[in-house]
Amino acid sequence: MIKKRARNIPLLLTGMAVAMFAFGFALVPIYNSLCKNLGINGKVELKSVAFDASKATVEYDREILVEFVATNNSGVPWAFYPKKPKLKVHPGEIARLAFYAENKTNHRMTVQAIPSITPGIAAKYLKKTECFCFEQQTLEGHEGMNMPLLFHLDTDLPKHIKTITLAYTLFDVTERVTH
Amino acid sequence: MNHTLAHKSAHDDHHDHGPHQYKGIIGFIKRWVFTTNHKDIGTLYLLLALFSFFLAGAMALLIRVELFQPGHRLVDPNLFNQLTTMHGFLMLFGVVMPAFTGMANWQIPMMIGAPDMALPRLNNWSFWILPFAFGLLLSTMFHDGGGPNFGWTMYAPLSTRYAPPSTDFMIFAIHMLGISSIMGSINIIATILNLRAPGMTMMKMPMFVWTWLVTAFLLLVIMPVLAGTVTMMLTDRHFGTSFFEAAGGGDPVLFQHLFWFFGHPEVYVLILPAFGVISEVIPTFSRKPLFGYHFMVYATICIALLSFIVWVHHMFTTGVPLGAELFFMYTTMLISVPTGVKVFNWVSTMFRGAMTFETPMLFAVAFVFLFTIGGFTGIMLALVPADFQYQDTYFVVGHFHYVLVPGVVFALFSGAYYWLPKWTGHMYNETMGRWHFWLSVISVNITFFPMHFLGLAGMPRRIPDYALQFTNFNVVVTVGAFIFGFSQLLFLGNLIYTIRKGKKVDAQVWEGATTLEWTLSSPPPYHSFTTPPTIL
Repeated sequence: MIKKRARNIPLLLTGMAVAMFAFGFALVPIYNSLCKNLGINGKVELKSVAFDASKATVEYDREILVEFVATNNSGVPWAFYPKKPKLKVHPGEIARLAFYAENKTNHRMTVQAIPSITPGIAAKYLKKTECFCFEQQTLEGHEGMNMPLLFHLDTDLPKHIKTITLAYTLFDVTERVTH
Repeated sequence: MNHTLAHKSAHDDHHDHGPHQYKGIIGFIKRWVFTTNHKDIGTLYLLLALFSFFLAGAMALLIRVELFQPGHRLVDPNLFNQLTTMHGFLMLFGVVMPAFTGMANWQIPMMIGAPDMALPRLNNWSFWILPFAFGLLLSTMFHDGGGPNFGWTMYAPLSTRYAPPSTDFMIFAIHMLGISSIMGSINIIATILNLRAPGMTMMKMPMFVWTWLVTAFLLLVIMPVLAGTVTMMLTDRHFGTSFFEAAGGGDPVLFQHLFWFFGHPEVYVLILPAFGVISEVIPTFSRKPLFGYHFMVYATICIALLSFIVWVHHMFTTGVPLGAELFFMYTTMLISVPTGVKVFNWVSTMFRGAMTFETPMLFAVAFVFLFTIGGFTGIMLALVPADFQYQDTYFVVGHFHYVLVPGVVFALFSGAYYWLPKWTGHMYNETMGRWHFWLSVISVNITFFPMHFLGLAGMPRRIPDYALQFTNFNVVVTVGAFIFGFSQLLFLGNLIYTIRKGKKVDAQVWEGATTLEWTLSSPPPYHSFTTPPTIL
């Protein structure tokens, strides 16, 4: 009886180490779903939310300042900026804006814009109907275009939030696409 | 704890035989490469740790020379970054962990009345992986593009997108170190759970054994997570995954979460065995049993459990929500309760004891005092509003060096001086030991105390240059570091002296010591307890 237990301990412990290795990988989806569902990391679902003008109630007594930041990751020599640096919007009201992007290189490039919202808690109240970040954008060398962004703020937005910063970073994904 | 022992050491010598001897140099190599004896492997671990200690220490001195004066002087910034990275890796994985594993190998079988470790072949393997792992890790310094230069915390994307090619070698070295630690931990747990002498119940085990049991479980839980994390780094670098790559929908902050899920329990892996050593040394030289033994055990377990729910305190400035900041601030501060219990119990053990101050005790008393300073700065860092100022400054460097140098390293010296007569059968040189202690304890404070002021004044860490107003304190720090570094040669000298010329000692080296290893001859027989001792 005792002998059997003695032999089982190393096996049991090895199993524990293997399980913890798997747990390390399981932490990745756990963190991601936590961050998205609780909206604590400025992470946004990359999917469009339909805006129903008939049901929307606009809170005219509240005005939120939405600031836009555009950044290029290294290796993306593009011109990339919002047409307006900031907008004042009422919660429930649809807002429209364009980001200008121009490929300054001589060759075709594909980029992916990744959004991030500050404060993180505001992420789940910012709803996008249309966004250039939903898909990858490809431009030929020296080609430029206006990329649309259509969004509204949920009326449930906490009262203490007066300013929201929406940042986009362009990442080069040309290699991923061609492979 | 204070068990009455009935065991005659002479009884063992009767059927004791030494290591299997082969002929010549090849024979010598075979004897050490193939050894499965817990004492041999313990010695190998300790020697590896000593070698790494001087190597990583030399790197620290190079860093301090560069920081002696502002401006770029000796090493270029990329080499500086490689030195800080390698210094961290080596001190953690090459010095503290092997040194304590070496002590565990030597001591645990002797302290629980066992003949050897439970899985001797596994034990051999877990040591002999290490030289190859460190060879691989150190080789990165000589690769094209240099070695890893992003700090031992390996934050993505510095370690993925922007890292030198040699990073892959570092990743495999970490895998090997992880496998070694996991095998070592399995062995230690199996030994403690299966090989205790009859009558040695869990609550009669010496504190050092208890702290190692808890540490081994911690290692078993966290090392696989680190292995997984560096595997993700590897696949991000070469196989097109995007765990930490924002462009592909990943998140660099995720790396920090995964890393610190490993990293925070890891710091307790480093400190818990130190607590164990101190809990053996202080009762011996106070000639009193350890005060509050049960509380010490519970506090150890409590610290280990709490260590899993505090990791975000390393990441307060990454933009985590307020609720999480408050939660992790409170849990972090909660750890000071069981740690406080330990400090209180050590002090109470000394209180009204018949104390003497031989070298092990000097190091142990300095540990209690100076580790507590490191603990206090830890509480300062746990405060979210204050942490925003302290983050990434020399204050953090001062804090963790206080818990690791006069904390962990002093505990290692304390344990080494305490058990060296048992291991070698010879007494160390007390005068040289005291010189070593006093030079170390003075210079360690000259080195690390001014770092707190530098940090509060805003000097950032991991930068090879600094603003002019920080010069004076940096000069002091560098001078202290050199005194400390060269004082450690006294330990090396003392070690050689002990083995060659030290006075012979009998079984009971310290009259206040009560644990089982002191019932064995000095040096102990090759197979510690061939018949289990009787514990009444």
